[in-house]
Amino acid sequence: MPELQVLGVALGALAAVALVATSARGLALALVYPVSALAALAIGVVDLRVLLGDGLLTATLPIGLPSVGLHLRLDTLSAFFGIVVNGGILAASIYGMGLDRVREMTPRVEPLFPLFCAAMNLVLIADDAYAFLFCWELMSLTSWALVVARHTDPESRRAAHLYLVMAAIGTAALLFAFGGLAGPAGGYAFDTMRGHPPAPLVAALILTAALVGCGSKGGLIPLHAWLPLAHPAAPSHVSALMSGVMTKVAIYGFVRIAFDLLGPPTWWWALPPIVLGAITAVLGLLYAVIDRDLKRVLAYSTIENVGVIFVALGLALAFRANGRDDSAVVAMAAALLHVLNHSWFKSLLFLGAGAVLHATGRRDLDGLGGLIHRMPRTAIFFLVGALAISALPPLNGFVSEWLLFQAVLAAPELPQAALHFASPAIGAMLALAAALAAACFVRVYGTAFLGRPRSPEAATAHDVPLVQQIAMGGLALLCILGGLLGSVLAGALAPLLQTMFGGAMAPPGFGPTYFSLIAFDPDRSIYDAPIIALFVTIASLTTLVVVHRLSERRTRRGPAWDCGFPDPSPTTQYTASSFAQPLRRVYGAVTFSARETVDMPPPGDQRPARFSVVLIDHLWRAFYAAPGRAVIGLSSWLNILQFLTIRRYLVLMFAALVILLSIAAVTT
Amino acid sequence: MTRDLVVQFLAQGAQMTFVLLVAPLAVGVVRKVKALLMRRQGPPLVQAYRDLAKLLRKESVIAGSASWLFRTAPYLIFALTWVAAALVPSFASGLMFNWAADVVALVALLGAARALLALAGMDVGTSFGGIGSSREMMIATLAEPAMMLIVLTLAIAAGTTRLAGVADYFIAEPFAVRVSLALSLISLIIVALAENARIPVDNPVTHLELTMVHEAMVLEYSGRHLALIEAASHLKLVLYISLLVCLFAPFGMAPATAGVGGWAIGLAAWTAKLLFCAALLGVWEVSIAKMRVFRLPDFVGIAFVFGFLAILLAFLTRGVFE
Repeated sequence: MPELQVLGVALGALAAVALVATSARGLALALVYPVSALAALAIGVVDLRVLLGDGLLTATLPIGLPSVGLHLRLDTLSAFFGIVVNGGILAASIYGMGLDRVREMTPRVEPLFPLFCAAMNLVLIADDAYAFLFCWELMSLTSWALVVARHTDPESRRAAHLYLVMAAIGTAALLFAFGGLAGPAGGYAFDTMRGHPPAPLVAALILTAALVGCGSKGGLIPLHAWLPLAHPAAPSHVSALMSGVMTKVAIYGFVRIAFDLLGPPTWWWALPPIVLGAITAVLGLLYAVIDRDLKRVLAYSTIENVGVIFVALGLALAFRANGRDDSAVVAMAAALLHVLNHSWFKSLLFLGAGAVLHATGRRDLDGLGGLIHRMPRTAIFFLVGALAISALPPLNGFVSEWLLFQAVLAAPELPQAALHFASPAIGAMLALAAALAAACFVRVYGTAFLGRPRSPEAATAHDVPLVQQIAMGGLALLCILGGLLGSVLAGALAPLLQTMFGGAMAPPGFGPTYFSLIAFDPDRSIYDAPIIALFVTIASLTTLVVVHRLSERRTRRGPAWDCGFPDPSPTTQYTASSFAQPLRRVYGAVTFSARETVDMPPPGDQRPARFSVVLIDHLWRAFYAAPGRAVIGLSSWLNILQFLTIRRYLVLMFAALVILLSIAAVTT
Repeated sequence: MTRDLVVQFLAQGAQMTFVLLVAPLAVGVVRKVKALLMRRQGPPLVQAYRDLAKLLRKESVIAGSASWLFRTAPYLIFALTWVAAALVPSFASGLMFNWAADVVALVALLGAARALLALAGMDVGTSFGGIGSSREMMIATLAEPAMMLIVLTLAIAAGTTRLAGVADYFIAEPFAVRVSLALSLISLIIVALAENARIPVDNPVTHLELTMVHEAMVLEYSGRHLALIEAASHLKLVLYISLLVCLFAPFGMAPATAGVGGWAIGLAAWTAKLLFCAALLGVWEVSIAKMRVFRLPDFVGIAFVFGFLAILLAFLTRGVFE
């Protein structure tokens, strides 16, 4: 099988280039990105062949756990996620080729990059619990090391610390999940697990553990707190990988456990992912819409998208448990397409943020502005990404959003009352999230790229090197094509959906035109992006021609009107904070207990007026600060044990012995 | 077959042209009714056409800090709104390209036009443009989910998300009074007022900058660009009225299979309903005052809550009767 060899060579090349980059200096660092790009391309081609050819690659290596060995398996599910992962790696690597070898490459980042890429690919092809957890942990640790690359910055250190703790909790939860799946017999190979579905109660515990393990990596609220700190702290092309791709590996883990290993689902398995996903979607955006750091806004928006994907996965579970496989196919297609689409536009946006950071040295939105004049190409690409993530037609974000709403509309079929009550609420929260996403990205784009520069750095910015523009341009093109050819992408999922549910979406060519995307049947729901795009294009071109014929064509440049009082100072513009103020008042009063205080000195008093806003992060208080305090309190209380006299230690040991012996006596 | 296609194509083209031509008249009716109720003479009915013609004749003055986005946006906003307006069944339900976008896509098309307008408002970098964009997006975060819930409710009732299918369903069963539909109607009216920048959400004739929302965003536009934005907002008004009458008063609308005769009746009925609704809007606008901006979340929030109740009821009744 040539595919296996290609896979092996590509992964080997990643490891080799990492090794070379650690041992050598200078030119070796620059070698990392071309090699990573080629490896990602090779693995991506293998994945594509497996996905479309309905193939299956398996291998067993005599390393790993004794008597288990190391099982590798590339099936359609792994292949689909492999395409997502390697597409992201390819874009990030091309972007990396444009980094300055002297000023921007360090031995702290470049050797870890290919290792991180290899680890993500390995998670996808692991076919036993040991290999999965090993590669998962490798992925966590390499990405952690990338986060802490700028270790002189206390913010980075704090982010890395929190990430390490959360990654450890996540892996521990996954350890329990696989332990439960393996059962008392200890069958750690995934094939053995598939053969032995666990008892219902055990399945519930496994699902919870999987949700904690994969949710903490993907940023499901309340396990999200590390993500908006750690993703922005890494170098931008690594942020793109972490946000655009690594969260998808977490989703892969959940899909693998919940849809493959855990056996036939019960309906209430759907509730935790749906409810948590919906809360995550809305809260993630509420955080994003008030944050002022460009990269942190993007990270919060990743949380939102992961929430949306979990909602779709939950719906698919619910439909499948009720035997509604045609609806499950639509929900699953929505989830998978959103995985793909989000990996494209989020990578694009993070690379764009990296370009802004490179050009201006700033990430704070209130210090940017007017970049559309100084960085015209990046501005166009970022605009495509911003409109795509806001789920606006005819771009790709809307395709998955549309499918998701179709899946929600099928929810009245479900017989369970809990799902009946939950589904309309889910629909409402998804609609709210979509509207908030548009507001969030209008705000980001409007303050960073439009208007007038708010700082000297923004006024003297310059566009990034051509290679980096190519990386962003390629992703922007994918966002446009993915939007127009949604039906083709949905059709490409057919082999995967067929193996999961025994059904697939209507293939392209089934509807009125070849590119009509159809949910259920053509009489029920059609969305034809090319026709709409064609109509809009024709309409705008006609308008352009007609208006230019009919109207006065002269255009004069003048000072801004601004109601007759234009102020030349750019500080009079709306900032990101002022843009968020109405949203903060409407949504923040409840969510963040936002309070505004205005200190206006009386007439005659010379001190300046002051305006301050206090926001309280309740999630942080409840889920992080409070448990943290409890742990510290408990450990300081237990600290007494460290300073006892030897008599007391002997007494304690004797007491422990007596207690253990009496337990043994009672139980036998 | 070919002849059929040609007729269908012409009908679709006729609808696109007709909504475009009649839109300023609807706005003229609203203004005239308002003026008459205030015991003023008011501008003539065709004033909106004259305004557009005047704007097209004037040169366009663009701020020095404006980018290409500022000049491109009016064309795209106009085209998006026009296509959306052409998708809503007006005089006949099953026109050629009605199927290309369903109700979800319709809401999203309008969302795209709004996002572009908000971006254009921020492009010049003035305080008023920002104020308008920020408030518009705040209102949209309440109105758009409400709108989505309404269309999902209707889709559940009709069993399809295709606009033509929903319209056919309501033509077939126009008098099925249901609580969820009544709630949807109230909700849709509130959303329509908010989306069209009408009193009490916004005042289209305001001259006080601090209370502006829509007008503040377009403050920097002039000449042909302003004409396009104005025309787009006229189209949007027609779109929402069409949507309301297509869903809640579809009598007279020609079904998909009707010939030219049916279309003529449908056209007359639709025009009458459109002008009647425009007159009603005029009456409504003189009988109520504009709200403060931060009272708006309460008002538009009602639409969201009603939309949620409607879809909840739709879900429950679907479950009970199946």
